Amino acid sequence: MSNKPLIEVNGLSKYFDVNTGLFKSKKLKAVDNVSFSIKKGETLGLVGESGCGKTTVGRTILHLYNPTSGEIVYDGKKIKSKESIEEFRRHATMVFQDPYSSLNPRMTVSDIIGEPLDVHKLYSSKKEREEKILELMSHVGLNSEHASRYAHEFSGGQRQRIGIARSLAVNPDFIVCDEPVSALDVSIQAQVINMFEDLQDKMGLTYLFIAHDLLVVRHISDRIAVMYLGRMVELADASEIYDRPLHPYSKSLLSAVPVPDPKIARENKRIVLEGDIPSPLNAPSGCPFRTRCPYATEQCAASMPEFKEVEPGHFVACHRVGEIN
Amino acid sequence: MALLEVKDLRTSFFTDAGEVKAVNGVSFSLERGKVLGIVGESGSGKSVTAYSIMQILAPAGKIVGGSVKLDGKELIGSGEKVMKTVRGNKVSIIFQDPMTSLNPTYTIGSQLTEAILLHTDRSKKQAKERALEMLRLVNVNEPEKRMKQYPFELSGGMRQRVMIAMALACEPDILIADEPTTALDVTIQAQILELMQSLQKELGMAIIMITHDLGVVAQLCDEVIVMYAGSICERGTADEIFYNPQHEYTKGLMRSLPSANSAGTRLQPITGTPIDLLNMPNGCAFAPRCDEAMRICIDKASPEFEVGEGHTSRCWMCAKKAKEKGEAIIEIEGGENNE
Ligand SMILES: Nc1ncnc2c1ncn2[C@@H]1O[C@H](COP(=O)(O)OP(=O)(O)OP(=O)(O)O)[C@@H](O)[C@H]1O
Ligand SMILES: Nc1ncnc2c1ncn2[C@@H]1O[C@H](COP(=O)(O)OP(=O)(O)OP(=O)(O)O)[C@@H](O)[C@H]1O
Ligand code: SF4
Ligand SMILES: [Mg+2]
Ligand SMILES: [Mg+2]
Repeated sequence: MSNKPLIEVNGLSKYFDVNTGLFKSKKLKAVDNVSFSIKKGETLGLVGESGCGKTTVGRTILHLYNPTSGEIVYDGKKIKSKESIEEFRRHATMVFQDPYSSLNPRMTVSDIIGEPLDVHKLYSSKKEREEKILELMSHVGLNSEHASRYAHEFSGGQRQRIGIARSLAVNPDFIVCDEPVSALDVSIQAQVINMFEDLQDKMGLTYLFIAHDLLVVRHISDRIAVMYLGRMVELADASEIYDRPLHPYSKSLLSAVPVPDPKIARENKRIVLEGDIPSPLNAPSGCPFRTRCPYATEQCAASMPEFKEVEPGHFVACHRVGEIN
Repeated sequence: MALLEVKDLRTSFFTDAGEVKAVNGVSFSLERGKVLGIVGESGSGKSVTAYSIMQILAPAGKIVGGSVKLDGKELIGSGEKVMKTVRGNKVSIIFQDPMTSLNPTYTIGSQLTEAILLHTDRSKKQAKERALEMLRLVNVNEPEKRMKQYPFELSGGMRQRVMIAMALACEPDILIADEPTTALDVTIQAQILELMQSLQKELGMAIIMITHDLGVVAQLCDEVIVMYAGSICERGTADEIFYNPQHEYTKGLMRSLPSANSAGTRLQPITGTPIDLLNMPNGCAFAPRCDEAMRICIDKASPEFEVGEGHTSRCWMCAKKAKEKGEAIIEIEGGENNE
């Protein structure tokens, strides 16, 4: 891993207009003023509950959604113009959660993997195209006899491999992995996680790794970012955030993870939060977490806490971070 | 006498592609007030086992053999009239997706009240009171308001609470929970698990917890059944299954989990692909993926060996290890070919 950031995200926001009735619409702040950077060869894990904006962060970085505000800097260059976006997409891709719906069942494996090669014209002859496809397949542990078979003939783990081979076709440096193992059985999950790690070692890939399984995220990530209701609330080294979470939400999130070890599970002091996650259409004033936070005060309702570095490399957005830890 | 006694249960689906033996000789018993976990990979027959107990199978599915005794009374072949009193009164089930069991067109209150009226002889007013009491029991806030709301107006966690309230309204002896928290977020899952745990203690009911999350099993279960390809491959107390697994599949499953200190190391996956029930091997169903598989594993399915107190495993390795140590091993049930 190098020290230079490969990708910098500065104040990124993505708001959606949603209809709330006849002629009425409201701004849904799916992602609100999020900043972070990822170093070359690093894996940044992104966690948080359903609807907190993880996928939207990934898609907006890749400009699959137009950012509402904020900027993306890739390898020192701002991604803004049409040309820079097109160029960027040759270096950055995405792997999706659902290996069942993200692949066209009527296409053969070789068509699926070959499609991005065609789109970006990444070969000079038919033979070269063929060779590239086979090489990509071997990277993810599929063999050549699979090439002419259809996606629906494969198991979940194999389909996820096909999806990964496809996203490797453009020879990317940066991959947004959106819950790539969530739909897989535990025993198959481990195969795919190992593959992500091997590919990273071999090709120097940089990952934004989105997942809700916190043990998986801890295993694969160098650093971890925690989101809540469109905001980033904590960011630190993986071991740091697990051993010493500073934000009240991260604390309860981590304590709530069921640990596959009966003795630890019995002794585990879980911080069980009251109440439900608010709708992003009715986000609370001030700190987004305050409606469920055991430490909330009037100040928390009055103003949004700043996302700031409280210790070297450890960022937290909480008014009371100093008092409660 | 055990509260629930399942013996050699067999359930198949008769499809165009052939007979799918989804549950293939499952036996276990459940004591009053205990929590039993059923784990195993997707398609291993966990849900079909539960649906067979409740006799709520899809039309293509048929119980083709075995026995299910509740309080000593045989349920298989007992008829729909008996089953109607069993369901809801004695055994309740909650599903992964509450939307499949809540009717979107009726309010929460009317569905809860209806369920209580159906299974008890309360008056309408009493049933309504009971419904409110149940909503309070499962920590639904503003229960009076919720009674008037429709399922879509509630969050996922809230709907799952309502399902639990509905399932518990008639104080069943057994609650079957089929992946009750899989669709929920971690912090909401923690609320629901905590709730189930405290209700279980308070009401003294038994729970069958079906899940693929070994963390949930570790937190909740006294005993664990591990299923593979329609059969139970290992059974034991939670501590035995986690700290002393004896079947190669269970061992592989435990090894493949990422843990707090696995970062920087390679995970140890189970190789190969999940079983295809239409193409079952002759011997041990796990043999094609097993690193330890021996000749006999490929030829013949293992009998159920007793490997400790209340701990059994269908794995030839157990016999091999016993032999190496010069110990005797007890066969509980004969092995047979899957064919
Ligand atoms: N295209 C869209 N139009 C309107 N709202 C959207 C759109 N995409 C996402 N949202 C909303 O933005 C919020 C964030 O959604 P997002 O999919 O990013 O969450 P997530 O963290 O990835 O959740 P999950 O864990 O469920 O995948 C949600 O409230 C969602 O409903
Ligand atoms: N209606 C059906 N028709 C045909 N086969 C079925 C049907 N329902 C289930 N099966 C088959 O029975 C087997 C066991 O299914 P079951 O739903 O019990 O698995 P499970 O262990 O609950 O898996 P999961 O973890 O995915 O819920 C599977 O192979 C499945 O394909
Ligand atoms: S700012 Fe206030 S409400 Fe938000 S997490 Fe900190 S203490 Fe809790
Ligand atoms: Mg998402
Ligand atoms: Mg199931």
